Amino acid sequence: MNLASLQADLWTVAPELWLLGVGLLTLLLDLVVPAGRKAAVGLTAVVGLVLALIPTSSMVLWQPRTVLFGTYAVDGFAVFLKIIAIVTTILVILSATDSMGRQTRFEGEFYALLVFTALGLMLMAASTDLILLALSIEYVSLTSYVLAGFLKGNPKSNEAGIKYFLFGATASAVMFYGFSLVYGLTGTTNLYQIAQRLSAAPVPALYLAVALMLAGFGFKISMVPFHQWTPDVYEGAPTPVAAFLSVGSKAAGFAALVRVLVVTLDPSRVNWVLLIAVLSAASMTLGNLLALPQRNIKRMLAYSSISHAGFLLIGVAAFRGDFGTPGVLVYLLGYTFTQLGAFFVATLIGSQLGTDEIPDYAGLARRAPVLALLMAVFMLSLTGLPPTSVFLGKFYVLAAAIDNGLLWLAVVGIINSVISLYYYAGVIRAMYIMPAASEAPLAEPAGLQVALGVTGLGTLIMGIYPQPLIDLARSAAVLLRL
Amino acid sequence: MGELAAFMILSLVTLIPAVVVVTSSNIVRAALSLVPTFLGVTGLYVMLQAEFVAGIQVLIYAGAITVLILFVIMLTEGGTGVRTRQLNDQVPLGAMAAVWLAFVLIVIFTRTGWPTAAGVLPAYNVVAVGNAFLSDYVLIFEVTSVVLLVSLVGAIVIARRED
Repeated sequence: MNLASLQADLWTVAPELWLLGVGLLTLLLDLVVPAGRKAAVGLTAVVGLVLALIPTSSMVLWQPRTVLFGTYAVDGFAVFLKIIAIVTTILVILSATDSMGRQTRFEGEFYALLVFTALGLMLMAASTDLILLALSIEYVSLTSYVLAGFLKGNPKSNEAGIKYFLFGATASAVMFYGFSLVYGLTGTTNLYQIAQRLSAAPVPALYLAVALMLAGFGFKISMVPFHQWTPDVYEGAPTPVAAFLSVGSKAAGFAALVRVLVVTLDPSRVNWVLLIAVLSAASMTLGNLLALPQRNIKRMLAYSSISHAGFLLIGVAAFRGDFGTPGVLVYLLGYTFTQLGAFFVATLIGSQLGTDEIPDYAGLARRAPVLALLMAVFMLSLTGLPPTSVFLGKFYVLAAAIDNGLLWLAVVGIINSVISLYYYAGVIRAMYIMPAASEAPLAEPAGLQVALGVTGLGTLIMGIYPQPLIDLARSAAVLLRL
Repeated sequence: MGELAAFMILSLVTLIPAVVVVTSSNIVRAALSLVPTFLGVTGLYVMLQAEFVAGIQVLIYAGAITVLILFVIMLTEGGTGVRTRQLNDQVPLGAMAAVWLAFVLIVIFTRTGWPTAAGVLPAYNVVAVGNAFLSDYVLIFEVTSVVLLVSLVGAIVIARRED
């Protein structure tokens, strides 16, 4: 490869380079901005991230190819997930500008780490090389451990950080062992070359490698049986971080999982579809059943995020045909808005009332009517009722399951949606029916208002007028394959 | 035959201190036991004719990382205790899982036909490594430096006092 084509390749990583610059700028700004006005650092990061959306979204329709010596993919799939990563980070920073300053004196570093994590998520979504994949997963994990344990004065946050670290380090080690087996079998780290060399009959070690790799990906997307960390970490971590982990890391984890399974392992005729389908059913069911008795909103959302990982896995298992991969993308975007919105309401209640217990949401409809209405919309969307964004995603992945002959999985999914109505409706019941402890209206900080507005609008618009999004997801579902 | 014997000896040099690392109740002893483990791995690299990696392994792991761990122990409040319990009551369960996993791995590895065609060694390791870093793996190489920077920021945030 000559220098000219390397220069051309550099343009394809322009969004990543821009984000790196924004992250460094955030770090530098933090040095000069006095304490108490650190929200300005966060807002600068937000502006930088919004600008990063321009070069990123202009790449949706680019010719799919790999760049930089085959280590990095430029395809609609990666671009779509990069957009999700950036949007998530923007909203999370907006939601944190009010409350983080009062909880830690490292507010500037908090925003910088979030921007850098967004960069890691983008790298994860587009890696086409095992080394880069391992590196970017480890990158995102390292920053996530720090973010989860960010509130050092709070023992629960410390616990969240250390638990996340121990689980994550183990899961990564197991996954890298799987990567090493794949390398041993093929002699290359490039996902496309691996796919070519694995097209002969699968050998026993390949099955082992798939199982080991699934442990790592399963950890990132909190799939059963690698889900145990989720409720403890979400409960202890600062609420904006919990929101970030439940959406950002999960989306990037799915990106890596889909790329490795569909691009690399599918040509080898390893029958992974049934395995993923069973894990999907287990995640949906177990996540839902464990969510039923929860009284803490963050724990409830954690278990519900496990169950949503199960739903997303339906789309992964049913990737053949026209619905699977677009379904995963539509679901991820819809889930991003809804889940973030629910966590933002929890952030606001947590910072204003100092509680995360669902019974303390009593009478919210009277104290903050708009907030309560939004929360009700988010809860109905997470259940999967029309006209909301997650309904659209569920519709797509269930259609994909039926289309792929996985009817039993679709039935399990529908039953689970019905079960989930119980605990989501519990929140609505507390807000609208139970009497309020006090009538004082709640203050709503501006940053959170914007973030809530965007997530609420996103949830509803995607549900009511989905056509542009469906078209986008269809054209973005071009996963670069052999 | 001589190669096999060398491999066996190096494996034992790697594994026996590794057991000490995870069982010793004296944390400094555990840290220092990492040195022979790292040196054993160095020997394996030499057997694979990767001299450059072997040299780096000695410098970074046997040298720098071990010293770093000792510093961490020294600077951690109450970290130099000699009565650290590394085992808890879940040892039997964990041992069973480990033995079972080892059994599965050995069975699978022996039944797999591994491609073992010998590659061509470059004349100078260092040149090949340098070329690979700045051509095929340039993105990975650059991302690594970002990861190090971000880890540094994260470590400082975690280590500094909140007050």
